[in-house]
Amino acid sequence: MQKLLVILISVLSLGAQAQIKGEENAVLTAPPEVPPPITRSHNTKVIVKMEVVEKKMPIADGTEYTFWTFGGTVPGKFIRIKEGDMVEFHLMNHPSSKMPHNIDLHAVTGPGGGAASSFTAPGHSSVFSFKALNPGLYVYHCATAPVGMHIANGMYGLILVEPKGGLPKVDREFYVMQGDFYTKGKNGKQGYQPFDMEKAIDERPTYVVFNGSVNSMTGDGALKAKVGENIRIFFGNGGPNLVSSFHVIGEIFDKVYVEGGTKLINENVQTTLVPAGGSAIVEYKTETSGNLVLVDHSIFRAFNKGALGLMKVEGPEDKVIYSGKQMDEVYLPEGSNIQSSVEKETVTVAKSLEERIKMGKVTFAANCAACHQADGKGIPSVFPPVAASDYLNADKKRAISVVKNGLSGAITVNKEKYNSVMPALGLTDESIANVLTYVYTMAGNSKKVVTPAEVKALKATAPAGGH
Amino acid sequence: MKGAGQILLICLLVFAQHVFATQEFVTVPKGSLNPFWLKPKKNNQKLIYKVKSLQVQISQVTNSDFIEFLKLNPQWTKSQVPALFAEGGYLEQFADDQTVKSGVHLLSPVTSVSWFAARAYCESIQARLPTINEWEYLAAASEKVKDANKNSKFLERILNWYGQPKEISIPQVRSIYKSLYGLHDMHGLVWEWVEDFNSSMVTGESREDTTFNRDLFCGAGSMNSGDKENYAAFMRFAFRSSLKGNSALWNLGFRCVKEASQIKSERK
Repeated sequence: MQKLLVILISVLSLGAQAQIKGEENAVLTAPPEVPPPITRSHNTKVIVKMEVVEKKMPIADGTEYTFWTFGGTVPGKFIRIKEGDMVEFHLMNHPSSKMPHNIDLHAVTGPGGGAASSFTAPGHSSVFSFKALNPGLYVYHCATAPVGMHIANGMYGLILVEPKGGLPKVDREFYVMQGDFYTKGKNGKQGYQPFDMEKAIDERPTYVVFNGSVNSMTGDGALKAKVGENIRIFFGNGGPNLVSSFHVIGEIFDKVYVEGGTKLINENVQTTLVPAGGSAIVEYKTETSGNLVLVDHSIFRAFNKGALGLMKVEGPEDKVIYSGKQMDEVYLPEGSNIQSSVEKETVTVAKSLEERIKMGKVTFAANCAACHQADGKGIPSVFPPVAASDYLNADKKRAISVVKNGLSGAITVNKEKYNSVMPALGLTDESIANVLTYVYTMAGNSKKVVTPAEVKALKATAPAGGH
Repeated sequence: MKGAGQILLICLLVFAQHVFATQEFVTVPKGSLNPFWLKPKKNNQKLIYKVKSLQVQISQVTNSDFIEFLKLNPQWTKSQVPALFAEGGYLEQFADDQTVKSGVHLLSPVTSVSWFAARAYCESIQARLPTINEWEYLAAASEKVKDANKNSKFLERILNWYGQPKEISIPQVRSIYKSLYGLHDMHGLVWEWVEDFNSSMVTGESREDTTFNRDLFCGAGSMNSGDKENYAAFMRFAFRSSLKGNSALWNLGFRCVKEASQIKSERK
């Protein structure tokens, strides 16, 4: 009986041992790169060597900040292992560091996620091991006091524990992580900026950025992809404070592994919420060419604090999926639309020329002055002048037509070319007579009088073309 | 017997005074420390530690001072020190047992020195390392006031140093500021060893420390703190708790203290 038990135990432990075959050094990558997918089908011992370095780097153009980093970058190096792997984790703290550091990996099951076992003084290294029990995309971070400050200085990254069967194959994978930063000086203040604890406690970030700096993914740093590719982004949020509304302008996520888990896969998602100390895996296919914009859709963070990155998609445009601009027209709402909605107010008839000019002045101020300016002089090469205007004075009928039916195309006024659109303003014949009579009284004009009868006599047509 | 003892003492004193030059001491008056890590008691009575009057070295022990010490105590040289008392990086700035590498200034604080070695140095000049309470009391003084721990500018200067990566080389002693006690650079140059560095009880899992020890805490355990603003002090505690007796760190030096009363007894 005893013998049997011994055999049984040894067989069981052998079984457990046999699952781990050999060992390998983990491939670690700096953002936005991701290590290659794991192709082996067995579990192994993975040796991860992570060096902590405190260093000054730009957080924005002309602004430097002291980052505390896992592996010299913010976020830290990406770690990729497989469910069931045994990880031997080496944390090295560079001798030049001022602070002790440690690491808490959310992928670790056990007290502190490794924090206590990896507490390391400057110039030292620590080793601990863990078994990757649960698949998913996990955040890791430093948990040395004061924890918030270590995270606020950039001490976080992602570790992917691939499920047993791996993840579906895609064409490109990227590593993007959001973080909020708190500097003494305002956003954009030049030079070296130290950490501001008060702003951090009040949760008033100076910068909210992807991959450690405002310009990490713009210009040459933009992510690159081709039309027709399946894209996967491993997105993490280091915090320390803010929750991210991750969105890609110009795309819809075909799939989202909600909160970085492997069970709940949502489809057709516009914006996914990523908690501080959490993650999400998003996938989409690039259908047409152009720039996609990665943002935190808490939108002031994107356009005013830096949470913005670009993905350049190269290849042929698909005009069916997205046409590009098909038309550009002046749009004037409320009664001044090109789809002329007719003025319905009761018509007040002018009893004298003086009254006609006075009423015309009011109509001009309401409908014309925005473009042609209150003095009728227009804006050179954009809006033609109506005061001292040869175009106006040369042809009264044409003038009536322009106001009644609108005008588009190239015209020459006082020897200058204009090529724009003036909508039909939808004024009554009475108002058109008033406004034109007023305009003809402007400095340098021929003082012609336009009557409602003349306006009425001119047939409504499509907008006149230029000559 | 008594006479013999006196002679011996005199001999020792003469010997000690002529062994080698070292940083001079200055008397710091007694006072009290309001320890940031303790909450006021229920009746709002503040907890305070009383600190006796001390003789304190006005600056950190320098490379030059330490070389003098090594000449007389070769058991503490790089080549002879036992691994138990000093780890691999011990006196990393030294080229050999008695000279520093080129580019390292003799008047910079001696760093990469273990706690054991720092203690031995202080003992050799009839002094000792300060305790945490003593050090925190001494370091709280700014140029103008005894306790500047609430002064935002004073704290900011400390934090700026904590936040900056190491300078290419450590500056010389007496280069940053002088407190009203006449002590130079308690902050801003290097970390300093204290006698009881390993009593701060930060476990490394800083968020657990509230339950581990309700009085001494760190990180998220700071709910017990009396002064949550002074996270510079939290960082010193976190730093000290990462050390071991044989640790030799690039940015860690020391200075010695002795009891003010010790002078009187020596004069007998």
